Amino acid sequence: MSEIDADAAASQKLRKSERVKRKGNRTSEDGDSAGLGKGRAAAFVAPAMLLIAIFLVFPALWTLYLGLTNYRLTGFAATHPRFVGIDNYVNALTDSRFLNSLGLTLLFVLGSAVIGQSVLGFAIAWMMTRVRKGVKSVVEFFVLLAWIVPSSVSTFLWLALLDRNNGTLNTLFGTGTTAWLLQFPMQSIIVFNTWVGTAFSMLLFSSALGAVPPTQLESSKIAGAGAWAQLRDVIFPHIRSHVLTNTILITLWTFNTFTPYLLTAGGPDHRSEILPVYIYRLALSEGSLGQGSAVSLIMILINLVIALVYLRILREKKS
Amino acid sequence: MNSMQATADSSARPALMRHFLGLMGKTLFIALVLAFFVIPVLWLVFAPFDAHPSLTIKAPQFTFHNFEVLFQTPGAIASLGNSIILALGTMILVLVLGALASYALSRVKIPGRDILLYTLLLLSSIITGTAAMVPTFLLMVKLGLIDSQLGVILILGSGIMPTVIFILKDFMDSIPKSYEESARIYGAKPLRILWDVGVPLARPGLATIAVWAVVQVWGNFLVPYILLQTPSRTPAAVVIYTFYTEGGQPNLALISAFSLLFSIPVIAMYFFVNTRYGFRFYGGIKS
Repeated sequence: MSEIDADAAASQKLRKSERVKRKGNRTSEDGDSAGLGKGRAAAFVAPAMLLIAIFLVFPALWTLYLGLTNYRLTGFAATHPRFVGIDNYVNALTDSRFLNSLGLTLLFVLGSAVIGQSVLGFAIAWMMTRVRKGVKSVVEFFVLLAWIVPSSVSTFLWLALLDRNNGTLNTLFGTGTTAWLLQFPMQSIIVFNTWVGTAFSMLLFSSALGAVPPTQLESSKIAGAGAWAQLRDVIFPHIRSHVLTNTILITLWTFNTFTPYLLTAGGPDHRSEILPVYIYRLALSEGSLGQGSAVSLIMILINLVIALVYLRILREKKS
Repeated sequence: MNSMQATADSSARPALMRHFLGLMGKTLFIALVLAFFVIPVLWLVFAPFDAHPSLTIKAPQFTFHNFEVLFQTPGAIASLGNSIILALGTMILVLVLGALASYALSRVKIPGRDILLYTLLLLSSIITGTAAMVPTFLLMVKLGLIDSQLGVILILGSGIMPTVIFILKDFMDSIPKSYEESARIYGAKPLRILWDVGVPLARPGLATIAVWAVVQVWGNFLVPYILLQTPSRTPAAVVIYTFYTEGGQPNLALISAFSLLFSIPVIAMYFFVNTRYGFRFYGGIKS
C-alpha cells in the first residue's frame, strides 16, 4: 500500500513539475515579458473596459428597453413611462415618415458613398497613376483638405456655395436665384457628402493600385487591351477585396453621419430627413424618447448586419 | 515610345489623334476634379480677410478687422479654449487607459482575448453617436453629467476607445520584448516597466493616437450639441452656429474668421502626421 502511495506521490510530483514546466514555457511563448501575470493584466485592462461598458455598451442595451416604453422628454410620460411592448416598432414600420426616412437614407448611402465616393475616389486614384508627381500632390492635397476641415466649417462652406442670393454656384452657372438646398435637398447633401468623403476611397485605392504588378499591366498593353479591358481583367481582380472593404466602411460611416443636418436640418418638409436626423428630431426636438429609441435600435441592427458582413470578409481574407 | 512606333507605320494619324484625345480627357478630368474640390474652400481663404464678406467668393478688400471683431466677441475665443479642454481631456483619457489595456492585451493571453478584440471592433462600429444619442442623453441626465464637459469627455472617450486599443495593441505587439525582460531582471515592477520601457518605445503609436483623438474630438458636433447647454462651456464646433447679426442673418465676418482659426490646428496636425508618419493609419482617422 505504501508502495502504491509512494508511486502515486512520485507520479503526481512528476506531473506537477511537468505542468510547471509547461506553464513556464507557455508564458514565454505568450511573451509575458514584463511578468504581468493574468491577474495584473486583467487589472490593466479593467478601467478601459469599464469605461466602454458604462458609456458605450450600457446605452446601447438601454435602447432595447427604452424602445419598449412610451418614455417622453417632458410631460406625464417623462415621470411615469409605461411599458408598451412592440408598439413603437409597429408604429415605426407602418409610419410613412420612418419609411420615407429609411428610403432617403438608402438613396443617400447609395448615391454619396457607394457611387459618389468610391467611383470618384477610384477615378482620381487611377488617374493619379498616370500624371506627374507635382500634379498628383496638388490634387491629393485638395481632396484631402475637404476631408480634414471640421464638419461645422465645411457645412458653412457649402452654405456659401449653394446660397440662393449670393451663392458662388449661382454666380458661376448663371442659374439666377436657384435655392439649391430647398429645391434639391437630397441632391445637395449627396454631392456634399461625396465632396467630404472621397479622400478616404482615393487613399485606399491609390495604395491598392500601387500593389498591382506592373508587369501584368505591361503585358496586357502589349496584347492590345484597351483601358477598359485592362481595368476589368487586370486591375479589378487585384483590388477586389479593397473594393469590398472600402464599400463597407464608407457605407457604415455614411449611414451614421449627422452632418447633413447642418445643411438642411432634414427639410424642407422631411425631404432630406435621413435616419440620424430623423432620430434627432423625433427624440430630442419632438420629445418622443421611446419611439426614437425604437428607431435607434433598428439603426443599430442595420449597422450590425453591415459590420458582420465586414468581419466575415476580413476573416475570409485572412484564411 | 509607343507614339514613336506609331508614327513609323501607316496608322500614325489615328494613334496621334487618340493620344491627343487622351491627353485632353485627362486634363479635363483633373480640371473638373480640382474645381469641385477647390471652389468650396476658396470662401475660407478670402472671406475672413474681406472688409465686407458675403457668401459670394470675390477678391477681398483686404483687412484684419474681422479678426479684431472676433477677439472682442464674448465667448468666441473661450469656445476655442473649450474645444482644447475637450480634445486634451479625451486624449489623456484614451491614452492612459488605452495604453494600459493594449499593453496587457499584447503581453498576456487573457482567456477570450481574441473574442474580446473582435467584439470591441464590432461595438465601435455599430454603436455610433447618432444611433445611441437618446440613451446617451438620458444616461448623462441620470448621472448628473448633463451640461458638463467631463460628461462629453467620457462619452467621446468611450466611443473611440475600442479603436484606440486596436491600433495601440498593434504598436505594442511590435515592441521587442527583450528590453522588458532585462528590466524585469533588475527587479522593475510591471507598471514601472510599462512607463520606463514600453511607453518610450511605443511613442510613435502613442503620438499617432494622440493626434487622431484630438482631430476626432475637435470636429465633433453632435455630442457637445446634445449634452452641453451653458454657452460658456460649449466648444467651437457648436458655437460657430450662434454667430448671428442683430437682424437674424449669419454674421459672415465673424463666421469666416472663426472658421479659419478653428480649422488651422487640425489641418496643421494632419499634415504634420502625414509628413512624419505617413497616412498608414488613415483607416479610422475620420468618420
